[in-house]
Amino acid sequence: MEEIQKDIYKIEKVELLPVIMEKKNDKWRLLQICCAFAEGKYEVTYSFAKGYEIRNYRLVVEKDEEVPSISRVYKAAIFYENEMKELFGLDVEFIKVDLGNKLYRIDANVPFLKEEDK
Amino acid sequence: MKNIHKSPWLLHYDGSSCNGCDIEVLACTTPVYDVERFGVVNTGNPLHADIFLITGGINSQNEEVVRQIYEQMPNPKVVVAVGTCACTGGIFKECYNIKGGVDTVIPVDIYVPGCAARPESIIDGVVQAVALFKEKHMKEKGGEKA
Amino acid sequence: MPKRSIVPFGPQHPVLPEPIHLDLVLEDEKVIEAIPSIGYVHRGLESLVAKKDFNEMVYVTERICGICSFMHGMGYCMAVEQIMDVQVPRRAEYLRTIWAEMSRIHSHLLWLGLLADAFGFESLFMHSWRLREKILDMFEISTGGRVIFSVNKIGGVLKDMPKEMLTQFVAVLNDMEKELRETTSVFLDDFTVKSRLVGVGILTEDDAIRRGAVGPMMRASGIEVDMRKTGYAAYNEIDFEIMTSKDCDSYGRCQVRIGEIFQSIDIIRKAVAQIPDTELSVPVKGFPKGEAFVRLEQPRGEAFYYVRANGSKFLDRMRVRTPTFANLPSLTQTLQGCQFADVPLLILTIDPCISCTER
Repeated sequence: MEEIQKDIYKIEKVELLPVIMEKKNDKWRLLQICCAFAEGKYEVTYSFAKGYEIRNYRLVVEKDEEVPSISRVYKAAIFYENEMKELFGLDVEFIKVDLGNKLYRIDANVPFLKEEDK
Repeated sequence: MKNIHKSPWLLHYDGSSCNGCDIEVLACTTPVYDVERFGVVNTGNPLHADIFLITGGINSQNEEVVRQIYEQMPNPKVVVAVGTCACTGGIFKECYNIKGGVDTVIPVDIYVPGCAARPESIIDGVVQAVALFKEKHMKEKGGEKA
Repeated sequence: MPKRSIVPFGPQHPVLPEPIHLDLVLEDEKVIEAIPSIGYVHRGLESLVAKKDFNEMVYVTERICGICSFMHGMGYCMAVEQIMDVQVPRRAEYLRTIWAEMSRIHSHLLWLGLLADAFGFESLFMHSWRLREKILDMFEISTGGRVIFSVNKIGGVLKDMPKEMLTQFVAVLNDMEKELRETTSVFLDDFTVKSRLVGVGILTEDDAIRRGAVGPMMRASGIEVDMRKTGYAAYNEIDFEIMTSKDCDSYGRCQVRIGEIFQSIDIIRKAVAQIPDTELSVPVKGFPKGEAFVRLEQPRGEAFYYVRANGSKFLDRMRVRTPTFANLPSLTQTLQGCQFADVPLLILTIDPCISCTER
């Protein structure tokens, strides 16, 4: 885990679930999960807050790499993960309630990726 | 039913608007603007509505809903598109999930522009809709005098 | 054996000004599970960053939602200003604070009206909205718009409120306060209103954290968190107390929001008293490069803005996590086990803003 910017920590995929569990046990609340696609890679940022403190954990994955779901730890993650899956085409594994690209039920296929990245 | 045009009922549906026009439509029914003084009553049921106020653009999901509500409304009916988004798609026209204005799905009689549409212009639109409703009603009666 | 049935609720429903669909699994009159399905208002405006430059995006973000429009624009500007390291003049910060608090009053009054409508008290709805119009008039005088103002820009604000205008606003608010006490006392003390609110839709403190609730929803469960205390805009120079309630029910949420209306009036008074006289904006040159996140307290709760810029005029990513999106899991929680007749009321107590949620 390294701090790349104030309050943003870069983590590896194996670290994700231990970090999430630690936050959960310490009663942090899930603030948001954000996905961005830049330079051919997905950047997934998990933000947690406790009081006014905030921690962001960033996971960088390749385009066809899957990401483990945290929805079994934080139920609130269901909506965020389904959103990432539908809008970015990010492969999130084993979401607790997998809506199967039917959260917003849009016609467009992974609209947040540019045509050349698809 | 020959005097139905004196008190047409209003139905409001929010397409994919930003809420701005919706709260203005709602504000029109409250004491300061009070659109109900023109004889219209706000209702929630399409089956007995005569004027259809619709805000916001059309996306693939609400397309069916809008069409269904329109078909459920009895004839004659008047459709008013409130706000720039309902007229053309507005600022969201370039979004991937917006098909355009309301007229891509159902025929629109009156366009009320503005982002967000001001209560005064919404009232103006409704007043015109009432007049048009009367006209359509008369036509349907075959020119029969009310 | 009670009979199970599924009742569809929405998207077009008399109590909902906005379209959201819920599948309610009922056991006789009791709701066992509520499955929300959204997407009726999804526009995909976050993807517009590829088509509109970062200055134009201010106007797009303002149109995420017509109720919290000002604060959406403000949050986005703050994020870009943070990336570009722009120091906004103090007067602009104060003006933003005043407009933001006015938005809070108007949003809470709107909510109170809709709540009254949900439990069938129509004259109370009309009264709340009549009071709200005074705030909208103030917006119209100061910005020219009633719901969407477009006064924010990156680096400051576009319009000023002269001293006479500010003192006039404070006078209006002082007058309003008396009427507000009268109207809000109906919500807090009336027997019939209380019978609909007290003990309905319990969300415990533990649940609120686990479900990631924000804003009044969280504060009504006894958690003392208000993003204004982080001191963005001019809040670092204005003292106020956080409104909380230990009730954890709909009544508590009503109490918190009513408390915040009076608190906002107080904050505006303090801000007007100490507003400095500086420029309104600073010129911003070049393109942003880097990333920033901003959290601010909207009427409905904490909103989260994330901007990632690559040094060109188009941003890489703009993300808004709106308060209602965070409150949806709490809604499904409070709906479980409630009476079918309470469903509209419970949907309203989270102060839903669907166009925020779906963007």
